[in-house]
Amino acid sequence: MTVNLETAAGQDAEITRLRGVALNLRRKMIQQARGKGQGYLGQGLAIADYLAVLYFHAFNADDLDFTRAERKRFYLSTGHYSIALWAALAELGVIDPAMLSSYGADGSPLEMSTMEGRVPGVEMTGGSLGHGLGIAVGAALGYRLDDRSSMIHVEISDGELQEGSTWEAANTAGSFELDNLVCWIDCNGIQADGPMVVNIEPVADRFAAFAWAVKEIDGNDLGQLCDAFAWARHRVGRPKAVVMRTRPGRGVKRIEQRDRAHFVRIDAEEWDDVARELEIENV
Amino acid sequence: MSEIPSRTLAMGESEAIVGRASMFAPFAVGTMQAANAHDELVLLTADLGKYTDTADFRHKYPQRFFNVGMAEQSLVMTAAGLSKVGKVAYCTTYGTFATRRAYDFLAIACAHSEENVKMFAGNPGLVSGYGGTHQANEDLALMRAIPNMTVLDPCDATEMMQIAAMAADIPGTVYCRLLRAHVPVVFDPATHRVRIGKGHVTGAGSDLGFVSTGSMTERVLDARDALAQQGIASSVFHTASLKPFDAQGLVEFAASVKRLVVCENHVASGGLAACAIDALYEAGLQRPMLKIAIPDQFTACGSHAYLLDQYGLSTTKIIARVGAWLR
Repeated sequence: MTVNLETAAGQDAEITRLRGVALNLRRKMIQQARGKGQGYLGQGLAIADYLAVLYFHAFNADDLDFTRAERKRFYLSTGHYSIALWAALAELGVIDPAMLSSYGADGSPLEMSTMEGRVPGVEMTGGSLGHGLGIAVGAALGYRLDDRSSMIHVEISDGELQEGSTWEAANTAGSFELDNLVCWIDCNGIQADGPMVVNIEPVADRFAAFAWAVKEIDGNDLGQLCDAFAWARHRVGRPKAVVMRTRPGRGVKRIEQRDRAHFVRIDAEEWDDVARELEIENV
Repeated sequence: MSEIPSRTLAMGESEAIVGRASMFAPFAVGTMQAANAHDELVLLTADLGKYTDTADFRHKYPQRFFNVGMAEQSLVMTAAGLSKVGKVAYCTTYGTFATRRAYDFLAIACAHSEENVKMFAGNPGLVSGYGGTHQANEDLALMRAIPNMTVLDPCDATEMMQIAAMAADIPGTVYCRLLRAHVPVVFDPATHRVRIGKGHVTGAGSDLGFVSTGSMTERVLDARDALAQQGIASSVFHTASLKPFDAQGLVEFAASVKRLVVCENHVASGGLAACAIDALYEAGLQRPMLKIAIPDQFTACGSHAYLLDQYGLSTTKIIARVGAWLR
């Protein structure tokens, strides 16, 4: 079962495996959104490749034991990406896949936005945007203080770069030289009111100016994601930022093509076509 | 009155304490007790370490001390993250910045996840001479409104020291007003024990009952003595704990007196008076009530004594207002 990632054939096999995982995550997201007419499906589909590599390539079984103190930590700052997190946790077997259809339903733990404390693997309450990076800074400080070797990973969005708190945290991390911290920035180009309403570019240069090591990748390219995780493991005396360019709705053409994809509306009769498109495009 | 400064004190200056014992840096003393007992305790500040009695900790535990700079949102987020990986994070800044600036972070990053973050917030109410920017006059109301939050307003050095020592063992997120530098000793540290969710009654006079919190209790106890000279017998219900609040204790106290005077170094809404009124109303008990609190306005700059006098919170003004009310 184990692949030798030192060889080209081994790397190809790993990418093929991860492609299958990412497809399963997208299937599980459509399962959640299906019939509801709406959901943060665009963002979820865009982040599927990243979560596939994070949970199924970079993390091992110890890291996925959410009670283990020294595990790698992952903070999902964008609480509205919960649809993607529920898909990943179901794929990991942390939650029962049969629960997925309860996404957003009254009383369901699978909330539209992540609330810490109800589902294992939800490491922070996201959703009030601009919290994740600062929380990850504190976790990284704590790990460094205790000489724990595991890395702290945090996902934030391009929209969160408009929050002042994100830059307070970025400055704290740079000043404290937190080289056990990796910030993954999902640059999908959309926010609540549509395409980026104020400029946040150049993202990589801005983090570099805050004394971070930076790397920019295609966030829907599994090979580049694997390479970025390998790069992020190296301790270089600085926190690391990976700018991921992603495409909202990735994997389903009709969703990719809708420019107001922050909160996707899909008509009731469209869902079979959505599911069919995912299979045609990705299998 | 020449010993009372007639000007706004500079940031590092400490008010002269006249006619009462005092203690230097009780927060530091209590925090060191907690730090010695808890290896996981860390202390953070946001460019106000010099003005919040953090030096002792910084010198003994430099690795466990973090100054994030002038960034209160980062202060609170960083503290929340440290808590997530097993630390108990004591934080210091001023009350205005902790509450107004970093409110969402105390509410969501800390209280929502029940993080072990203990915020010690300096310059409560009129303790600061720097006007509306620095006077945390509504901080208790803001913090009481957040679920899961413990909200404390210590009276003196004894309570400040005891709360700093015990805060690491209070579950979840705590907001505590910070009294720094030379702090009066009002309660005897040998016998007084501050209790979360409990009040502390002094005296048994039933003509009127003072209900008081924080540094107001010092002046209330002085006013009580002066009123006794005038033949008015009063008692005092003091609590450092606004949330949880000792509603039952307050109601029992109120039942033993003819009328109530609620005194707080805070605006009249959302603080101690609100706690007391809620408790009395729910118990179906009515007492005439005089509220002595900071008025609903942005307050001025000046010396502590000047501000207390201007806004009616000094011992002299308390005595005069109570006397007028009783007549």
